[in-house]
Amino acid sequence: MKAAVLIQRWYRRYIARLEMRRRYTWNIFQSIEYAGEQDQLQLSSFFSFMLNNFTQLNGNGPDLISQLLDPVVDPWLDRETCYNLIPVPESYTGPRLTFPLSISDTNALLSAFKEQQSLHARYVLQLLYETKKLLKQMPNIIHLSTSYTKDITICGDLHGRLDDLLLIFYKNGLPSAETPYVFNGDFVDRGKKSIEVVMLLFAYLLLYPDNMHLNRGNHEDHIMNLRCEEKSRNEIKRPGEICTEVSQTHFRAAGHRSVQQTDEKNDIDRWLSSQQQSKPQQEPKNPEPEKEAVQDQPSRQRRLHFSLLLLIVLVLLFTLLSSNSILPHASPIVDILWSDPKTQEGCSPNTFRGGGCYFGPDITQRLLLQHGLQLLIRSHECKQEGYELCHGGQVITIFSASNYYEEGSNRGAYIKLGRELVPRFYQYQVSRTTRKLTLTQRVRAAEGSALRALKEKLFTHRSELMSGFQQYDQNNTGSVSVSEWAQVLESVLRLDLPWRTLRPHLARLAADGSVEYQSCFENMEPGIPLSQVTPNLAETLFRYRTDIEIIFNIIDKDHSGLISIEEFRQTWRLFSAHLGVDIDDRAIDDLARSIDFNKDGSIDFTEFLEAFRVVHKLDNKDQQVNGKMDGEKYS
Amino acid sequence: MVSDVHKKIKAAFEAFDYETNNTVDVREIGTIIYSLGCFPSQTDLHDFIAEVEEDHTGYIHLDKFLPAMAKILLEHKYPPIPEDILLQAFEVLDKEKKGYLEPEELANYMTQEGELFTQEEMDEMLTALADHEKDLIYYKDILSQLTIDPEL
Repeated sequence: MKAAVLIQRWYRRYIARLEMRRRYTWNIFQSIEYAGEQDQLQLSSFFSFMLNNFTQLNGNGPDLISQLLDPVVDPWLDRETCYNLIPVPESYTGPRLTFPLSISDTNALLSAFKEQQSLHARYVLQLLYETKKLLKQMPNIIHLSTSYTKDITICGDLHGRLDDLLLIFYKNGLPSAETPYVFNGDFVDRGKKSIEVVMLLFAYLLLYPDNMHLNRGNHEDHIMNLRCEEKSRNEIKRPGEICTEVSQTHFRAAGHRSVQQTDEKNDIDRWLSSQQQSKPQQEPKNPEPEKEAVQDQPSRQRRLHFSLLLLIVLVLLFTLLSSNSILPHASPIVDILWSDPKTQEGCSPNTFRGGGCYFGPDITQRLLLQHGLQLLIRSHECKQEGYELCHGGQVITIFSASNYYEEGSNRGAYIKLGRELVPRFYQYQVSRTTRKLTLTQRVRAAEGSALRALKEKLFTHRSELMSGFQQYDQNNTGSVSVSEWAQVLESVLRLDLPWRTLRPHLARLAADGSVEYQSCFENMEPGIPLSQVTPNLAETLFRYRTDIEIIFNIIDKDHSGLISIEEFRQTWRLFSAHLGVDIDDRAIDDLARSIDFNKDGSIDFTEFLEAFRVVHKLDNKDQQVNGKMDGEKYS
Repeated sequence: MVSDVHKKIKAAFEAFDYETNNTVDVREIGTIIYSLGCFPSQTDLHDFIAEVEEDHTGYIHLDKFLPAMAKILLEHKYPPIPEDILLQAFEVLDKEKKGYLEPEELANYMTQEGELFTQEEMDEMLTALADHEKDLIYYKDILSQLTIDPEL
């Protein structure tokens, strides 16, 4: 055989195996991401639970609840103009914004953020306040037309990736009258520069209110932001709070209205058809057929995570839910912000995400026909190429955060729409390393991260998994068959992953080909050994660490890092009641007392939670090339 | 033994079954077959696809794929090429016995002499295999990279 042919064949096989690994890695990341989002919906439902049940909490309720809910409900009430009180020192060399904003302000922001400078809290707050004022005046639906402008650029999820935003501005031009933009939600969370991204987007919104348009995504949500909040505590503000205020900004603008609950929560079509139809808009210069504007109901305003376009009709709908910015569990809003298109017809619950639905091509078809629309551009799902068409080209998913899961995992993209309304796609990928990684190195790095995250999942579900394994292992041999092993994992973790294929990375085989299930939990241990903690309690704390952290942060209003023992106890009791987890009260009390190291009645909860962070024992000895530059969490 | 083979095939198939409806895009079949340890030529692949594709829909269903693939695996129809033969292949191309190949050299061979190898595949190959500093392909070193099973 010819030498060249031989080499080619080997190479093809090698690439095929790499591709396989890349696919599995992607699946792992996505599963864990969505599982995390499910938890977040759980947390939202926990708050709803508290709202609904506070009267039943034996007298302890109201104080704790109002305490817990106060910051959630309205941290900024009557404090909106407090930015005036914040002095800016002479030594501050960052941008000093003047309102109304001018191009020099936005340019100053751009250069400052490029140079890794921070914006002073005073200007951040002022910018938010001004943005809120503007948003309040805006209508819920905005129509853009391409007949007067050149092209409209539509971007998808950014997730705090400043580099991607800057790259888009670089490639496509800054927002202006000639370069109008639409940003389709999910500006924050996961990336490290959520504040910077939002500052830039809002600044341009203020500068060019007619040419800059922002839609809400499922991450423009208070609880989501708390969940994804970074650990840093700088003098300016914790990112979570800013994002909280961002969410509040979005909400406040809509005014206070009550929400009507509908029974049919899963049918987008039905919801939209319940909206009143207004008279068709006249666009004399535009040859396209007349569009119908979807008008909001007086009692409900909502913002969608996807845009419905014919003549670029942007649906900006606001909602205010029970006077706070938390999404109620299983509502039409959740459907709109969380749903994904699928090839199967009809509408069914989105079990992968734990909220929203799957909608098929028939639903899309009906929707578009009913409202005289041509195209649905939405975001919300990471796509390897930055974009994806489905439903016969009637639905486009656009995603603008490149390397979302890991360096090299995916491209970002944006769409340009001109007069003819034919979408043109532009792709890019931010490269953070100075040295270009080979395909192998990228896949290996991504895989490494994914597997670590997956192993942590296993560790935090140890008891459930062990009891599952033991059911198949009545004779206590310590091993089960590969099928049984896979079955237990799937039933406990519900991540829908190819367990058999992943097995070599997760567990050891015995000589007879069966799986030694204990080996799943090797190489991992808690951050700080806590001997007083019973295994049951420890595991629950591991698993719900993020949720508990969020709740603690809410309780800790003065951001001191401390909460009182009583608060700790009550929160814990509430939380376990909601989860239906059976934790002995005494175990909690013992735990609380053991953590109160200086015996002054307060707990440093950061330290407490550190104990429940899963540590990988082999971290220092890890030989793998680590191409991950951001160190992002995946929870 | 047969059921193990079936499980392996299913696992590989499922990785590309995005809609979870037991179909994969025909363009992914090559990847699936290679990842199962087979070394078909391009012609072999085309013939196989012709056999199992669902009437020009562009999709292949597991029902047809599974038996056909199982047969291939059980009969060892497209056996892997041993590592030492691979080394010899590189040595044949390295006429001056330098111990390495230059990117242009390899590119010429791949695109002119082999089976249809696209420019894109070529670029990818060069990024994957070439030593970064020297921009040369030290084939003895990368041999292990090409042959070691990346999953284990």
